[in-house]
Amino acid sequence: MSGHANTYVPKSRLAKWFESRLPLVGLMHSSFVSFPVPRNLNYFWTFGAILIMMLGLQIVTGVWLAMHYDPSADKAFNSVEHIMRDVNYGWLLRYAHANGASMFFVAVYIHIFRNLYYGSYKAPREVLYILGVIIYLLMMATAFLGYTLPWGQMSYWGATVITNILAAIPVVGDTIQSLLWGGYSVGSPTLNRFFSLHYLLPFMIAGVVVLHVWALHVVGQNNPTGIPIKSGKDAVAFTPYATVKDVFAAVVFMLFFAYWIFYQPGYLGHADNYIPANPAVTPAHIVPEWYFLPFYAILRAVPDKLGGVILMFGAVLILAFAPWLDTSRVRSSNYRPIYRQFFWLFVIVCVVLGWLGAKPPEGGYVIASQICTFYYFAHFLIVMPLVGLFETPTALPGSILESVTGPGKQIESGSGMPVGAAAAPSSKG
Amino acid sequence: MPGASDLANNVADSVPAQTGPEGTKRDFLFIATGAALAVGTAALAWPFVASMAPDAETVAAGAPLEVDLTPIQEGQIITVFWRGKLIFVRNRTDKEVKDSEAVQLSDLIDPAPDSARVKEGHAKWLVVYGNCTHLGCVPIGHSGQYDGWSCPCHGSVFDSAGRVRRGPAPTNLPIPPYAFTSDTKIRIGDEGAGKAVA
Repeated sequence: MSGHANTYVPKSRLAKWFESRLPLVGLMHSSFVSFPVPRNLNYFWTFGAILIMMLGLQIVTGVWLAMHYDPSADKAFNSVEHIMRDVNYGWLLRYAHANGASMFFVAVYIHIFRNLYYGSYKAPREVLYILGVIIYLLMMATAFLGYTLPWGQMSYWGATVITNILAAIPVVGDTIQSLLWGGYSVGSPTLNRFFSLHYLLPFMIAGVVVLHVWALHVVGQNNPTGIPIKSGKDAVAFTPYATVKDVFAAVVFMLFFAYWIFYQPGYLGHADNYIPANPAVTPAHIVPEWYFLPFYAILRAVPDKLGGVILMFGAVLILAFAPWLDTSRVRSSNYRPIYRQFFWLFVIVCVVLGWLGAKPPEGGYVIASQICTFYYFAHFLIVMPLVGLFETPTALPGSILESVTGPGKQIESGSGMPVGAAAAPSSKG
Repeated sequence: MPGASDLANNVADSVPAQTGPEGTKRDFLFIATGAALAVGTAALAWPFVASMAPDAETVAAGAPLEVDLTPIQEGQIITVFWRGKLIFVRNRTDKEVKDSEAVQLSDLIDPAPDSARVKEGHAKWLVVYGNCTHLGCVPIGHSGQYDGWSCPCHGSVFDSAGRVRRGPAPTNLPIPPYAFTSDTKIRIGDEGAGKAVA
């Protein structure tokens, strides 16, 4: 990054000594203080910070819960009740952790749809975006593993259904299933290893988040216009502008989070999970947590085991190909009148799939699931390539500044940012 | 100031390359080192993977299980566990047996005659694993349009011989290894001793 005023200069002798040995403070300064941020970002751009906060909260509440939890099939269920009844503030730790998972997904879905609407996945942000898809996959795995730990009926049968999904993989499926179970069915060995992996994966997520932020700071942030930063006047410094805005949004999000913890702590869960795991009886309506419902609907839309499994995984993996499936040169849907309508149709289809995932697998629900599943894939495989070729985008503003102040106006003070390589990366993808 | 890699390059450059049609000594060392690394990595990974397989205690818990059939009423289904897996033992009514035997094989998703689902001379008794072959839920007995089972999770339907009649389940309910030790007793896990049944 260029610009002397924005570069970290160590002042004390100790700071100089340390900086010349490990330029950590300088890295933090250039990443989170002087980093140029497009000046037109809206509140949808605060969810990255909210997600980092949620990851931190989940790790902290999780580490504390693990101090009281017992991952054996005989004791797991009771140890969760022990946390709820006997451990000081155990109820708070557990409700914050369980609802925290849901809030984490609320934030990640807003983050993902923001990305898709504003075309943030497009060149040069493909690697940044794919790292995000990897984080999403790891989040799903972590959430699934965590949901099995209370060892209630939904935990047990969720674990059974998902591990049976893996058995559908040709050739190696049965071996993978056996290695996950550590037995001939879901049981105590399964619970033990799921706990181990549930503790591991969040730290892997944290590692990929570091790469995600690193990639972000190489290519720079997208913004509602989708056009890159062209001059210093298009940008403001990360601190204080983005920092304060992120903190404010995080506080508002915490209010939303607190509502669930303190007023509706069980609403997002299932009553069946307060019945201890029973391998002889499946709950009448077995449904995953709300954040998996669209994929569950896709799984059930196909009357074939392997086919359903392929489509379900495909529904997540197809996200990673969006940068190459979208043929439009314009990023932001604000300037794409036709694609914008398809985008909202896609959002509606995802919500409807989620609703269908919670319904019994019969009659009209299955047909509706099949129609929605078709559109889900068609959006990526047909709409994204074709609309980009035929659509005429509306006129883009000349610059980010112009989109904020209106055309031809100048900003009064010279409060621009020096911007360097970070804002204008190679766009060949 | 030369870095470590520069020094390494200088050293490498100072060694005259001995190229020939059969490759250099360095090629050989490179391949040999790579092969040793691959074998070593696999050898190191093996105990980690193998430790995740069912342990000796779990395997030992799969000793054969004797089930007394006398208390099971006609039409009744009981459930037992062998190796942690749910097993249905069903005393089928004469009508159920007849209906099942009359089914055309061409109507079946996973064709199997009724006689292949039971032991010879014991057509009344059906012994099958109790987890749906789709995703492992427990189907509900005496339900579905074939008097067999229907799965509450994803809607698969099985007939009174445990054969899948409607998907998404791809195969019939599997039959555990078992044998009749007398007319009123079976031993589950006895047939084909030593054969692992997952």
